[in-house]
Amino acid sequence: METIGDLIIAKYNYWAVIALLIIGLYAMIAKNNLVKKIIGMNIFQTAIILFYISIGSKKGATIPIIVHGHGESSHVVHAADYINPLPHVLMLTAIVVSVATLGVALALAMKIYSQYGTLEEDEISEKIMESETA
Amino acid sequence: MKALGLVAAFCLGGLLFYISFDFPGWGDAKSPASKHVSPYYIEHTMEDTSVPNIVTAVLADYRGYDTLFETAVIFSAGLACFFLLRIPEHKAPAARFYRHLATGITFRIEKGGRLPDDTKEFERIDSVWVPYDVIINMTCRLVVPFIQLFALYVIAHGHHSPGGGFQGGVIFGAAIILFAISNNLRRTLKQMSEQTSALLGSLGVIIYAGTGMLCVLLGAGFLNYGALKSFFGVDPVAARSHSILMVEIGVGIAVTAVMVWIYYNLSSTGKQDEGL
Repeated sequence: METIGDLIIAKYNYWAVIALLIIGLYAMIAKNNLVKKIIGMNIFQTAIILFYISIGSKKGATIPIIVHGHGESSHVVHAADYINPLPHVLMLTAIVVSVATLGVALALAMKIYSQYGTLEEDEISEKIMESETA
Repeated sequence: MKALGLVAAFCLGGLLFYISFDFPGWGDAKSPASKHVSPYYIEHTMEDTSVPNIVTAVLADYRGYDTLFETAVIFSAGLACFFLLRIPEHKAPAARFYRHLATGITFRIEKGGRLPDDTKEFERIDSVWVPYDVIINMTCRLVVPFIQLFALYVIAHGHHSPGGGFQGGVIFGAAIILFAISNNLRRTLKQMSEQTSALLGSLGVIIYAGTGMLCVLLGAGFLNYGALKSFFGVDPVAARSHSILMVEIGVGIAVTAVMVWIYYNLSSTGKQDEGL
């Protein structure tokens, strides 16, 4: 019989991820400042990374490094003893790539600031309209 | 827009919350994600590559293409920051400022004027000079070499403990960035110029792709490291282990150089003067 407590323990990782995802998405849609939008994008990426890492975990398993891999006696490796390495691999590269894309996003924001003198989205679109009519 | 964003975010959140009840529980060993490919990796890594760290083996060997192109993505991010921000200094500015290190007197050199040849006593500064904090300066100077040593350990020990090229590269890059923050950008550029970082960034990608091409030249598929057994003079399984280290070193070099390169351009808006 499944109680509410069991349900919370089994699912709260997803709920934390969903909370982060909402915060990031809201920041990307509603915030007016471009740097705040970039921060929202980063929170969104963090949510996805946590989601992948949490689906890789197994109860009672250890980190995916084979114990006594080069020991004297060869022994059989059971998949249930080690957590899923695949999400870790994918997120390892994703974290570094997200840093690199963050750099590009900030570079674009800097360029926009030097062009328009502001990072507020509505002021930028106003200035673009002005330059088109002029 | 704010209300609309709130509604959209909560609609998605509610939908995901509803779906989350169908997801496997946290730590479920029989979840679909852990059922199909990952048992193969866990059970065969030792006999295929003799690398105990499964993450390293999957990263550099089983999924080598993925990692190769991730490295290329990082390098192109460095290039993108360079092309977006870099302002080459076409002409010398009207007046430059130099600070005499011993006395702290600032000199203003007009256009055409120049300093005595022994410029070791002077340091070029921007118009506003902020005094260094001695504690921060000395602490960072003491800590940076140890961070770099740890980064090399993380790269070299990636086969047996958590680590590898990406992590070690980021730590190494962070050490150089720490030096740049605690001192200033001009002094860092003297240690590691922009040309060096750009060249090292491409060198890292070339090492990775070159390892793959070497396999092709020795008669196997691209990034099929088993073919390098004659190159290393060992059996195919050990050749895979050695090639993984080679590839990780390439990734480490590329990540270090690109992190530093991005920082150079971001912190000085492409002017590469004094920086932050």
